[in-house]
Amino acid sequence: MANNEQTHSHFPWSHVIGFALSIILTLFALWVGFESGLSNTMIIVVVVALALFQAAIQLLMFMHISESEDSKYQVGTILYSLFIAVAVVAGSIWVMSFGMDHMHMPM
Amino acid sequence: MKWDEFFVTGDPLIYGADVSIALTLIGVIFVLTYFKKWKWLWTEWLTTVDHKKLGIMYVIAAVLMLFRGGVDALLMRAQLTVPDAGFLDSTHYNEIFTTHGTIMIIFMAMPFLIGLMNVVIPLQIGARDVAYPFLNAVSFWTFFMGAMLFNISFVIGGSPSAGWTSYVPLAGLELSPSVGQNYYLLGLQIAGIGTLLTGINFLVTILKMRAPGMTLMKMPIFTWSTLITCVIIIFAFPVLTVALALMTFDRLFGSHFFTLMDGGMPMLWANLFWIWGHPEVYIVILPAFGMFSEIISTFARKTIFGYKAMVYSMVVIAGLSFLVWVHHFFTMGAGGAVNSFFSITTMLIAVPTGVKIFNWLFTLYKGRIRFTSAMLWSLAFIPNFVIGGVTGVMLAMAAADYQYHNTYFLVAHFHYVLISGTVYACFAGLHFWYPKMFNHRLNEKLGKWTFWIFVAGFNLCFFPMYFLGLAGMPRRVYTYGAADGWMSLNVLATMGGILMGIGFLILVYNIYYSFRYSPRETTGDPWDGRTLEWSTAAPIPFYNFAHVPEVKGHDAYWIAKKEGTDKIKKPYKPIHMPSNSGVPIIMSTFFFISGFGMVFSWHWMSIAGLIGVLATMVMRSFDYDKGFYVSVEEIEKLEQTTK
Repeated sequence: MANNEQTHSHFPWSHVIGFALSIILTLFALWVGFESGLSNTMIIVVVVALALFQAAIQLLMFMHISESEDSKYQVGTILYSLFIAVAVVAGSIWVMSFGMDHMHMPM
Repeated sequence: MKWDEFFVTGDPLIYGADVSIALTLIGVIFVLTYFKKWKWLWTEWLTTVDHKKLGIMYVIAAVLMLFRGGVDALLMRAQLTVPDAGFLDSTHYNEIFTTHGTIMIIFMAMPFLIGLMNVVIPLQIGARDVAYPFLNAVSFWTFFMGAMLFNISFVIGGSPSAGWTSYVPLAGLELSPSVGQNYYLLGLQIAGIGTLLTGINFLVTILKMRAPGMTLMKMPIFTWSTLITCVIIIFAFPVLTVALALMTFDRLFGSHFFTLMDGGMPMLWANLFWIWGHPEVYIVILPAFGMFSEIISTFARKTIFGYKAMVYSMVVIAGLSFLVWVHHFFTMGAGGAVNSFFSITTMLIAVPTGVKIFNWLFTLYKGRIRFTSAMLWSLAFIPNFVIGGVTGVMLAMAAADYQYHNTYFLVAHFHYVLISGTVYACFAGLHFWYPKMFNHRLNEKLGKWTFWIFVAGFNLCFFPMYFLGLAGMPRRVYTYGAADGWMSLNVLATMGGILMGIGFLILVYNIYYSFRYSPRETTGDPWDGRTLEWSTAAPIPFYNFAHVPEVKGHDAYWIAKKEGTDKIKKPYKPIHMPSNSGVPIIMSTFFFISGFGMVFSWHWMSIAGLIGVLATMVMRSFDYDKGFYVSVEEIEKLEQTTK
């Protein structure tokens, strides 16, 4: 009910481009993982880079991060998201790395 | 697949359930047809986007699930009362504790709280509906279909039996080859969509749709707690979505994320599960805190003590809730540094929680207290929750946890926080806001009977479990020997469980009795309330507020009553309202079909269901219905029939 009155008469190009780019980047990551023949370290670096790129696309194309008038909220939200992301990802790696040396991961 | 593999066979309890399900279905269909109510059901309820009606449906579904989960609990208590009992076999017992845990958390506690949020939040902030009413209906129906998918498992295909935490490798394909675990994965996945949408919906509603004058620091505490809960939902639920999807891939498509072989990491499941699971605990406790704050303030006839401290303590709890998850598996043995870190963060949470406890006590201090049923639940919450909280700090010490882990000490702890926190709050909130939902109060006398019997039963059931745990009784065992010496405390616990069951039955009878005999409300303010929901009329019109209220403080209605500004009439303006839609229930039914297909690996069915989901989404995208306006004449007519 809040903002239903806004009209969306123009064609949603940014959504279509964002959607297409997301699919292409995902397929590319898949190809890098299975077919590229790069070293494992290189694969991880490329896939992480692609993931960050895709996250940026999502924020720009779907979340409209550049369209807000109130930058205070945006900065707060992004900082909190980063905090959670770091806590979850770095925390998981820290917690799960225990005992990995005798699990013989095929790295 | 033969029919006797499809339906669960061989157990008289299950046959009894089959018969009762069939009879209930026939009964419902007969009543609806006989009274010609099908069209009424469809237009008034199944297609509604009204937050109050969706809230009522959430609460009804939650009470039904409380019954199912409660029956599971009583079956477990029956089996454990005496040593070497043969009432349930080990498999059946495993299935029952799995469904008990899953249903109580995902399909009882959350929908109960979300249902009350649905009814109350728009009213409390002076809004006419939520930000996305259509999405709200999608939330409800995906939750409902997810819950139904999970619930049919015990008669079709077999229940999951790996615990509500579903740790691998036990929940993996090798050790749980039946379809039961798939029901868990798909049921939670579909219901999780609804929860995530609710989180987004209420976050936007609270941030964007508050009445003029209601700044963030003038919001009622329950609105604050909901806002913070929404933030936790938005950050926590995607983790569950991913974890469930990965295990679904493992089980259905042969991937190796959590398997023992081929580089899988079984403990990664526990890690991901609790990254969601611990914030989930706060998702079900923070709204409860909010409700107790409202009720204690109303019936102590004082504004809440330490409003700012209440808000900041909730913010701190929300932040810390993402930093403590490892305390659920200290015994994995991740080493001293990891365990110490998570031990300290866990103990830190006791600080803001303690602040809240003292604020409630100081709100009561020198208040003129009215002992209504809602207030009794809130008062009993404080000492009982403190017992749960203090034993929680004991569990937080990693070294000591090696003793308590997986014993009844832990079972007692989390039931003390979840029942005296969340369940008491659900009952308190139900009594408190019942007049807003159904235009009559619950009978106070029956309400007090429920209260005393349930609270006595609860303490009798779970307090002995602390000592059972210290005496070494492990959780999730289906029987024990006479030589263990655990029988007397188990008998006490079972007696407590029976009392809780009786308390629940009185509550259900109270709902029927009050529907028949309670006087209808003559004003919208039965408790001399403090916040805006009590300024609405009785019965409450579908647009909530004929005039959007002005807010001057966090007890907005109380201030208006004191200043005499609550009755001022201005000329009405046309009100914009959203239209009903059948798309949410149809879309969710396709989700159900797709999920059911995936459970049995019938891929034609799951793909057909997903196509249906997509088709309804496309349908919605081309729906240009922008709602309708309620004319001034209509508002005047409606306002005359209400008080």
